Amino acid sequence: MGTILIFIQNAIAQGIGILYGATGEILTEKSGNLNLGVPGMMYMGGIAGLIGAFLYENAVAEPVAAVGMLISLLCAFACATLGGLIYSVLTISLRANQNVTGLALTTFGVGFGNFFGGSLSRLAGGVGQISVATTASAYRATIPILGEIPVVGEVLFSYGFLTYLSIAAALALSYFLNKTRQGLNLRAVGENPGTADAAGIDVTRYKYLATCLGGGIAGLGGLYFVMEYSGGTWTNNGFGDRGWLAVALVIFAQWKPVKAIWGSILFGGLYILYLYIAGLGRSMQEIFKMLPYVVTIVVLVLASLRKRRENQPPQGLGVAYFREDR
Amino acid sequence: MNTAREPLFHIVKRDGVPFPKALAIRAAAVLLSLVACAGVIFALTGMNPLEVYSAYLSGAVGTNRRLWMTIRDSATLLLIALAITPAFKMRFWNIGAEGQVLVGGLATAAVMIYGGGAMPTWLLFTLMATCSMLAGMVWGLIPAAFKARYNTNETLFTLMLNYVGMQLVTFSIVFWENPAGSNTVGVIHQATEYGWFPDLFGQKYGLNVLIVLSITVLMFVYLRYSKHGYEIAVVGESENTARYAGINVSKIILRTMALSGALCGLTGFIIVSGCSHTISTSTAGGRGFTAIIVSWLSKFNPFTMILVSFFLVFMEKGAIQIASQFNLNENASDVLTGIILFFILGCEFFINYEVSLRRHGRKEIKGWARS
Repeated sequence: MGTILIFIQNAIAQGIGILYGATGEILTEKSGNLNLGVPGMMYMGGIAGLIGAFLYENAVAEPVAAVGMLISLLCAFACATLGGLIYSVLTISLRANQNVTGLALTTFGVGFGNFFGGSLSRLAGGVGQISVATTASAYRATIPILGEIPVVGEVLFSYGFLTYLSIAAALALSYFLNKTRQGLNLRAVGENPGTADAAGIDVTRYKYLATCLGGGIAGLGGLYFVMEYSGGTWTNNGFGDRGWLAVALVIFAQWKPVKAIWGSILFGGLYILYLYIAGLGRSMQEIFKMLPYVVTIVVLVLASLRKRRENQPPQGLGVAYFREDR
Repeated sequence: MNTAREPLFHIVKRDGVPFPKALAIRAAAVLLSLVACAGVIFALTGMNPLEVYSAYLSGAVGTNRRLWMTIRDSATLLLIALAITPAFKMRFWNIGAEGQVLVGGLATAAVMIYGGGAMPTWLLFTLMATCSMLAGMVWGLIPAAFKARYNTNETLFTLMLNYVGMQLVTFSIVFWENPAGSNTVGVIHQATEYGWFPDLFGQKYGLNVLIVLSITVLMFVYLRYSKHGYEIAVVGESENTARYAGINVSKIILRTMALSGALCGLTGFIIVSGCSHTISTSTAGGRGFTAIIVSWLSKFNPFTMILVSFFLVFMEKGAIQIASQFNLNENASDVLTGIILFFILGCEFFINYEVSLRRHGRKEIKGWARS
């Protein structure tokens, strides 16, 4: 029982970062932009949050956790949004190829994170290990009484606020896409920008907003990893390939944010399953680490076999829209 | 309709740009990106921008050894770019070059470890090259088969296979690790140099360059003058047209991806046998992704790719040099590469479109009234 409990907790802890990335990417892809820069934007969000908190904690004699939290949250969101903005300017206004631009953004963003993560201490004048424990404590604070209820409380209430925010964000996005006028417009833009344009929808504005905000949301995934998961420290490439898993999760969830919630926990579980299966040798552990990717491939193939219309990607995905080209 | 509002810019698609003008636009973009990079370096290190450029030169080509490292890495990047080009020309988004290179390298390392010293050198090399190409080919054919049969999205399929390949490498490392417990393979056959590329023309990496340049020429001919190359171009322009013209699209997809994967696998062979003499998850080192950008920026022209890949590796080596000089993290090179790519990607717009500012006092544009 105890092991299963810890497994579930760790699966959720692994999944939340991926969920942020997937939620942001669903919003982006619903506007017809396939942004492969998600891993880059997640690194950008993570490092910007860390830098913000670090500068604050160094500038003030007695840093307040809540203030540091707000600053880092804003920095992370702003920096990742900036990544989304670079992508938007290049693909929407300058009509560059989406795949290539996304990959360039990933190169840039991952490099950005690792560069500042690895050089921050030196740039700040050699302060040694970068750690923002005070700010991180705000991210790691759990719900006081509820979190202590055995089993139920431990599974449901033992996480920092970013965990709940990620689920709220996914639910909100689901509501936005399916129940609001703007959501309908956005989906129209992603399915067929020409038709949306003819209906008087400002295609460019929708694409810009969805892509930038999507980037910002994805960036919170990086922040989650730095603050709650790692406790306010940075390891180069510590975030690993979770950004690509987020892209995979979008397909797994078939562009539905609610499905992404449980999908992220499943992915998180698969990611760490090898630690919980007794008697695995080192070599077999490596084979087990393939699971999330293999599962995604299987889902991808199944989706293409079944061809159900509501499970397909937005029709205009990956195609730039030029009004003059119709 | 609202006729009072006129957009600030008029964007008109160009029919075609004379080559010198296109070249000038690209050169301007590269120059701007270099200025931006120098600005970033200045902000971080306080280094005089002119010194930045000389540090770049010294880092990339300053000594004979550095020059050859730059050439060696450009050749590797170039070969991956060449490998994925036929697939791209067919509009098959193979972003799995990383994984195809890795499994190629893995096959090479396996042959090298188990066969080194047990067979004549010519056989060892033949086996290494064949196995690496077969491994890469299989890795490329899996997503291609699903694409051809069920139209499964190849972008994400190939992306996922990268990580499956990576886990295969970590799986193998468990058996091959040397020294035990290090979790790395170490340099294979360090003392005997079994399965290492021999020197050519007195250069350690001469053979690498010779192989890659020959493939460059062959690829140019293949794409430009062969029937296969023509079929690839037709499928890339329009699958329907290809079908009406009686081209078997599935066959072309499979054949082209087999070639693409095999060449990626061969790159793995060249990296393991001709450069690093070891295998790790970073054997491909992100070059599978950079190569996509190289191929795209070169407009699928193999000879342009020589320039682009050399330029990118040059910038990378230079940035690493500056970073180490200032005790900064060498990932600075990725940031700078990213900035350069943004500029070059953005400049294509100005080649394809003509932008002119709104002109006041002219309500109508030559004859046709705005409605």
